[in-house]
Amino acid sequence: MIYRECGVFKASYREDMAIFPIPLDRWGVIVILGMAFLVVPFLASDYWLGSLLIPFLVFSLAALGLNFLTGYAGQLSIGHAAFMAVGAYMSLILYGRYGVPLILSLLGGGLVAAAVGAVFGIPSLRIKGFYLAVSTLAAQFIIEWVLTHWKWVSGGVFGTVDTPPMQVFGWAIDTPVKKYYLVLSFVVVLTLFGKNLVRGQLGRAWMGIRDMDVAAEIIGISLFRYKLLAFAVSSFYAGVAGGLITFAYYGAANIEAFHLTVSFHLLGMIIIGGMGSVLGSFFGGGFITLLPIFINQFSRSFGTMLKSDLLACIELIIFGGLIIIFLIVEPYGLARLWHTLKEKLRLWPFPY
Amino acid sequence: MAFAIEVVIGGLLVGIMYSLVALGFALIYKASGIFNFAQGDMTLFAALALVGFLTVLPLWLAILAVLALMVILAMAIEAIVLRPLVARPPLALFMATIGLAFLLQGIGQGIWGTDPKGLNIGISDTPFEIKGLMVSQFDLVGAVLSGGLVFGLVWFFQKSRTGRALRAVSDDHEAALSVGIPLNKAWAITWAISGVVALVAGIMWGSRLGVQFSLSLIALKALPVLILGGIDSIPGAIIAGLVVGASENLAEVFLGPYVGGGIQNFFPYLLALVVLWFKPYGMFGREIIERV
Repeated sequence: MIYRECGVFKASYREDMAIFPIPLDRWGVIVILGMAFLVVPFLASDYWLGSLLIPFLVFSLAALGLNFLTGYAGQLSIGHAAFMAVGAYMSLILYGRYGVPLILSLLGGGLVAAAVGAVFGIPSLRIKGFYLAVSTLAAQFIIEWVLTHWKWVSGGVFGTVDTPPMQVFGWAIDTPVKKYYLVLSFVVVLTLFGKNLVRGQLGRAWMGIRDMDVAAEIIGISLFRYKLLAFAVSSFYAGVAGGLITFAYYGAANIEAFHLTVSFHLLGMIIIGGMGSVLGSFFGGGFITLLPIFINQFSRSFGTMLKSDLLACIELIIFGGLIIIFLIVEPYGLARLWHTLKEKLRLWPFPY
Repeated sequence: MAFAIEVVIGGLLVGIMYSLVALGFALIYKASGIFNFAQGDMTLFAALALVGFLTVLPLWLAILAVLALMVILAMAIEAIVLRPLVARPPLALFMATIGLAFLLQGIGQGIWGTDPKGLNIGISDTPFEIKGLMVSQFDLVGAVLSGGLVFGLVWFFQKSRTGRALRAVSDDHEAALSVGIPLNKAWAITWAISGVVALVAGIMWGSRLGVQFSLSLIALKALPVLILGGIDSIPGAIIAGLVVGASENLAEVFLGPYVGGGIQNFFPYLLALVVLWFKPYGMFGREIIERV
């Protein structure tokens, strides 16, 4: 009754092809964006902004990239954190060593990561399935080695490169609020770009490749082009996310921050959030990023402070258990649950 | 020259131990079509359990106890994780094993603690000499054990009735169900055998490296062995293990100094990628014919 399509008339092609055809959806997104830009920075504490919202946004962006590759194009990839590392180091080099403006160096890091991703995507033209998954693991190890051993990248020091103080168009970005705005703007723009990407020809080609790639090739979808594009686009998103998290959260580029476990966390994010769904990446990203905090708070509310390694074990158990539970109960993830809820709302108060 | 031969022999022996871990993967894939990502963590779990039982039981009893534990674990996994996911695509099962990997890691380390433990099963590590070449006694025992296990498993799959049933399940589990093969028993048997292999691998690698979290990362070393030899090929696992072990050591010793060292981590992956380009299903893997 509230959330309905009847009474919504489209008078032009433009309106017909809008991202959010239902007005309540459109208003909802505008309200959320408004709150994110105008309300949250003033109400939230520095801790919330700096330690919770920024990692949530950044990892959701990286999960979105992985979703393009695994959820839309069907190429399973378990080495995605390596492309985040490439973006992190490259954007730092561009900004710190060559003085390229911050926004351009973040995008540049993403572009370099895209190129690297396309190179590591070449095996996908011949190899399929689990063989491909293990080949993408090769990317993780090779890139880790290159970034630590190549002197031009690591600057002669093994592993860690600090970020210089940031500024955009002359404004210094030093407080958590300003960092939050930087990250939020990037995430909003890139998400909009990504949503339109998968609604158009590219997304349809990817979904064709995911469902049955032999048939897709027969009807004329060039597997070479679209598979490499999938790797390139998803690595671009991962690279920008890596650059953002280096500048706005870690403060230094360290290869240990992009270890294999991060790749598994990203995979967990898209499994729990929903593969093949833009919104799902955000659900999954939020869930996994905020999970350790919740466990901590939960255990503290019992009055006992558990030892930190026991807490880490409980985290692992819950993470693994949740993946299994979601796969059994709702294989399409939280995004499908949300979708079902909206469907019910459309018909409310009628049951069907 | 003698040094090169020593490097090769050392590599071959380590390679057989890699293939032991790869064997666990290949078994489960061969018998149920599932790529079990949790194999490394099953190895860690088995090793942790063994160390835990060794504090109260003598060696042979402890090994039997862990064997029983792995069988129970296999039946539990089959009932809780696999049965609800019977008709799902293989990707979903693979992701379920990823979740399982984290679960086993958390449970194992939660029960038995995260600090590294030593595992001593009475085989000394002193090298002995054969015709002037130094060979590690431990590696030799590991190689013999792994080789014996592989022969036993190949015989089991080729000649015995249960082995045939398991191969049928791997080919198409819904068809096997319709022919009358009890799917849950087949899966439980497969995972139990894989658990036993994980235990042996855990004992060998645990004695070598100490029982700690990095034991589960041995699986990552065994993955290139697996895909090089073919995911569902048991002889492939052995041969690829030999190749990977030898080439990894040779590359590290002879190529390493030119590029800064540390290449043994990714060299097997590079080798596997090159071979996969020419043979997309590994050296001995079964080629999948896709129907449109």
